[in-house]
Amino acid sequence: MVEKVRLMQGNEACTMAAIAAGLEFYAGYPITPSTEIAEMCSEELPKVGGKFIQMEDEIGSISACIGASLTGAKAMTSTSGPGFSLMQEAIGYASLCEIPLVIIDVQRVGPSTGMPTSPAQGDVMQARWGTHGDHPIIALAPGNVKECYELTFRAFELSEKYRVPVIVLTDEVIGHMREKVVLPDPGSYKIPMRAMPQNPAGYKPYAADPNGGVPLMAPFGMGYRWHCTGLFHDENGAPSSKPAVASVLMRRLNLKVENRADDLADYFAEGLEDCDLAVVSFGSSAMAALSAVRRARSEGYKVGMFRPKTIWPFPTATVRRLLAPAKRILVPEMNLGQLALEIERAAGCERPVIRLGKVNGELFHPDEVFAAIKEAL
Amino acid sequence: MAEFLSYFRQDRLPHIWCPGCGNGTVTGALVRAIDKLGLDKNNIVVVSGIGCSSRAVGYLDFDTLHTTHGRAIAFATGVKLARPRLKVIVITGDGDSAAIGGNHFIHAARRNIDITTIIINNNIYGMTSGQASPMTPHGMLGTTAPYGNVEYNFDLCELAKAAGATYVARATTYHYVLLEDLIAKAIMHKGFSVVEALSQCPTYFGRKNKIGGAVDTLNWIKDQTINVKAAAALPPEKREGKILIGELHSIEKAEFTQQYLEVIAKVQRANPSYARNKGVPGCELNSD
Repeated sequence: MVEKVRLMQGNEACTMAAIAAGLEFYAGYPITPSTEIAEMCSEELPKVGGKFIQMEDEIGSISACIGASLTGAKAMTSTSGPGFSLMQEAIGYASLCEIPLVIIDVQRVGPSTGMPTSPAQGDVMQARWGTHGDHPIIALAPGNVKECYELTFRAFELSEKYRVPVIVLTDEVIGHMREKVVLPDPGSYKIPMRAMPQNPAGYKPYAADPNGGVPLMAPFGMGYRWHCTGLFHDENGAPSSKPAVASVLMRRLNLKVENRADDLADYFAEGLEDCDLAVVSFGSSAMAALSAVRRARSEGYKVGMFRPKTIWPFPTATVRRLLAPAKRILVPEMNLGQLALEIERAAGCERPVIRLGKVNGELFHPDEVFAAIKEAL
Repeated sequence: MAEFLSYFRQDRLPHIWCPGCGNGTVTGALVRAIDKLGLDKNNIVVVSGIGCSSRAVGYLDFDTLHTTHGRAIAFATGVKLARPRLKVIVITGDGDSAAIGGNHFIHAARRNIDITTIIINNNIYGMTSGQASPMTPHGMLGTTAPYGNVEYNFDLCELAKAAGATYVARATTYHYVLLEDLIAKAIMHKGFSVVEALSQCPTYFGRKNKIGGAVDTLNWIKDQTINVKAAAALPPEKREGKILIGELHSIEKAEFTQQYLEVIAKVQRANPSYARNKGVPGCELNSD
């Protein structure tokens, strides 16, 4: 087997992984710093018989992706802050209607137009709660270019398996940074595929175990003739405003992801077993954080590192267990404390959680985190 | 009558529309047009947005997609481009298509994507109980235009034509035979086709404007219209203020998804190594 080794940027790695996972449909709208993904899809998808369309805005983009996914096509869009905000209503639609879909959000500084070419991590909470109503969502955060590839592929696996929109939260630095990626040989991995029904007779589009089950998804145009609606619906897909129907639907939908939170937990951990201070960071901030943690260790400080790759559902039990030895927790992130809120919730009762927020469009420098570590100890 | 019931999900009836509403008339015309054309039910996807008219899809026995407000055409664009072999029909209202969804409407027309859009225009937001829409005529009343609408309404057919739609027609719920015929022609047209169906909302538009009940509102619509063929023979002063009905625009122009498929074929021909790729892995099941 000949492994293909390529130097590529994060946005490129996301695109390559999506195509490897069987991406068949991309709809998007130009926005910095995510545009390379759209450009590359426009060039690469026709080669494999897939479709690319540049829509009139981000609302149209995600809407077109949902339409395509309903026909059985694996669909993806990519965007950044302002476009991600525009997509929120449709993300709720996809969550409720259980439409597999991958959204790459290459974060930039906000709110509003902000600083379009500078990195940030301000969409942590928007990824979770940007749409109205309680809803299931999965968000993954790569910490380097290699992980852009791995986690985008994983996003398709999870999205197809659980019928849920999956957000890949990268940022301007991860998106544009170039690193080595070893591309897997086609045929060496399993293409993610949603479970489909075998027979239209008696098909109930939303019939599933009420305790978080995933219904079988029939593609449009194959004789199943089912109804997909953003209204609350019963297992037949019929709109309903009956409290009993709403309750069953909402519980199943949310348990679908909540019940699996710790199975979905993917993370990097180092030196937590005996640490006095745990540093929790993700994405490009974690690169500086890890460098600072290792320097602190080499200078004799008992410091450990936890980097969640699964941000949502938040791996509460995992965090509680792994961070148990820490007397203090330091959370460097390029926002004013969004991940820190979850860390406080999960592990903050027993120990202080120190926020190290940065929102000026600059990356953390390892020295900056190192100084904060020393101060925290 | 009974044979058309097979196009409906009978367990979802009766419908939610008010007595005298025109939505049922337009839905009936669509079903009869599909029946007349002898289309395979399994190859039709009907997409709608939000509003009274958009509830039609819930009753129809096709693959149906009831989307978010204003986005029906964008969802439909995804369905059609992913599976060009499917007939994609959008049912939308005047608020859904001309206000919140206006951008998707003009861009689908510009692309000339093969989608048939039926706009049920009742001049008002019915579902939210009578607010003025972009199709409420100047000076008329709505619950958000209590002193008379100071805005002007679109001519949706002119808008569609200017934006690039290749088939544009208008009928009313009064001119039922014409409506059914134009819907059938629109469905068979290759490209972005639009049928504006002027329809009565006696509950909100008719009552608020003191036009009367369902029949009065229907007559109010009828009296404003003139067939495009009849209008051609009239002097301009007799056509003044009249709304044209009939086939208003029909041209041939290369369709979007067909052109995209040609791009795929060309790219794969130019790259023999890609041609060995039998399409996107895992997606053969439903590919064209």
